[in-house]
Amino acid sequence: MIETLRVGAARGLIELRQTLTNGQDLWGYFFPSVGLLITVFFTNQATVPGTNFSLGAATLPSSLGMLLAFGGLLTIAQILVVEREDGTLLRAKATPHGMNGYLIGKVIAVGGMTLFSVLIVLIPGAFLVDGLRVDLGGVLTLIWLLPLAVVATMPIGAAVGSSIENPRNLGFVMMPIFGLVAISGIFYPITGMPGWLQAVAQGFPIYWLGLGMRSVFLPDALASVELGDSWRHFETFGVLAAWAVAGLLVAPILMRRMAQRESGSAVAARRERALTTVGR
Amino acid sequence: MALTGALAAGTQVPPGERVIDVRDLRMRYGTKDVLHGVSFAARRGEVLALLGPNGAGKTTTIEILEGFRMRSSGEVTVLDTDPARAGEAWRARVGVVLQSWRDHGKWRVQELLDHLGAYYRRYSTDLKSRPWPVGDLLEVVGLSALASTRIARLSGGQRRRLDVAIGIVGRPDLLFLDEPTVGFDPEARREFHDLVHRLTDVDDTTILLTTHDLDEAEKLADRILILNDGRIIADGSADDLSRQVAGESEIRWTRDGQRFVHSAANPTPFVRELLLQHGDAVEDLEVRRNSLEDTYIRLVHDSEGRAR
Repeated sequence: MIETLRVGAARGLIELRQTLTNGQDLWGYFFPSVGLLITVFFTNQATVPGTNFSLGAATLPSSLGMLLAFGGLLTIAQILVVEREDGTLLRAKATPHGMNGYLIGKVIAVGGMTLFSVLIVLIPGAFLVDGLRVDLGGVLTLIWLLPLAVVATMPIGAAVGSSIENPRNLGFVMMPIFGLVAISGIFYPITGMPGWLQAVAQGFPIYWLGLGMRSVFLPDALASVELGDSWRHFETFGVLAAWAVAGLLVAPILMRRMAQRESGSAVAARRERALTTVGR
Repeated sequence: MALTGALAAGTQVPPGERVIDVRDLRMRYGTKDVLHGVSFAARRGEVLALLGPNGAGKTTTIEILEGFRMRSSGEVTVLDTDPARAGEAWRARVGVVLQSWRDHGKWRVQELLDHLGAYYRRYSTDLKSRPWPVGDLLEVVGLSALASTRIARLSGGQRRRLDVAIGIVGRPDLLFLDEPTVGFDPEARREFHDLVHRLTDVDDTTILLTTHDLDEAEKLADRILILNDGRIIADGSADDLSRQVAGESEIRWTRDGQRFVHSAANPTPFVRELLLQHGDAVEDLEVRRNSLEDTYIRLVHDSEGRAR
């Protein structure tokens, strides 16, 4: 067990280093980061409705919450689909304890990637806007919120990735997630949404991750513009924990089923299909 | 048919020496049977080639033995364990080289071998230290000069050699090779054949390989299994097989600078007659029994005739 953890952790760090030293991947990190910073910059002069606090400053922590959700949900799903197709998963299956090493490596690599994508928005963003502050309470919130974000999103992402056979179908997952971002109060306070959309958004982790990050970085007075006039830490914890439990229940089943199906001919068949559809 | 008689006897491998033991293996997808009662065995250190046309069931068979696919029925024992229920310790003793791997493109050659080798460290024994030291392994597969190259940059043949290196990094007792030399140039193929011989000589590794290349099967395999339409239709060395098939031998010679070819069911009387008539004027005399290719085509053909 310790040995597998060690090898898996080494794997995660190698992959993290690879992605952070690869031009194409770096572009993939910086491009959305620049987009978010531009959004923050242009909404900096606007104010959060009902206050004179900068909307850009409120958007910045919200978008960090969104990045956490993306890292756990999309990145993991995407990697699983792609690496199933190229045979990485089969390789793991052909290696003793390889699957566990693979998953440990993924959690570390994707965790690191997500942290990196958060930092490259947070650090320049902090210079763009005024009003962000982190007190001891905020640090304490981060200490439980970040691990909970990982546990609430990664298993769900892994379950989704395990159920998608064809990389082209990833789009069907991206669309609803972008839809959720639009209604989750990331770029505009959720209070401006119709009630039923508010209800939908509160069923998913993206809203709560955004809310949690706002509670860390924004002055407590800003809680008054949130639903229920509070940061609702208790509810944040509850909803994220529920997603974590659901994910941890479902993901192992789906992943085991996916892993069982992996074989040389399954990989070859997918490759064949990829080649025939590319030509079209 | 003589062939059926020989098959019923099969090639005898004493039960105690069986690294692979397959009895009455059947596989059914939906209503379609792809394996109809396949039985064979392999002994330690043996190189076994699985030959057969596309769709004969080679891949299905090998995947069941690898533990990657569940069978419908039959008994399968690989390294004293049922692969369908085998654990990680069993996995550590088995090496797998497949055809269509494109994984770990961002990794460097040595980096990946070091990493994958690390999983085998805990299975090291006094008799067999695992993993294979990566420096030596790179030497063996001829990739030393490319140790720090990104895997995505390797050529097709280099990539295959890396796949083989990964397959043997854990020093397996049993190695599965699926079409190992597809895309190799003749030199790379020769080197690969040398590597296979080294594996069986030094490590006593048992090897099961599938191939389309009859020449390769003849050169590498101690024993050949021909699978057609989900049944084993022949089991024996290349010589055994060609003896099973009654066919004509080919006699070639030159006389006065002219080339001659003649086919005869029994070449001895013909050659005696030839030499009596022309004596030393006959040069470059060659008598060739059925090639493996002839044998193979004949066997597959006959079995298809019987099935219809």
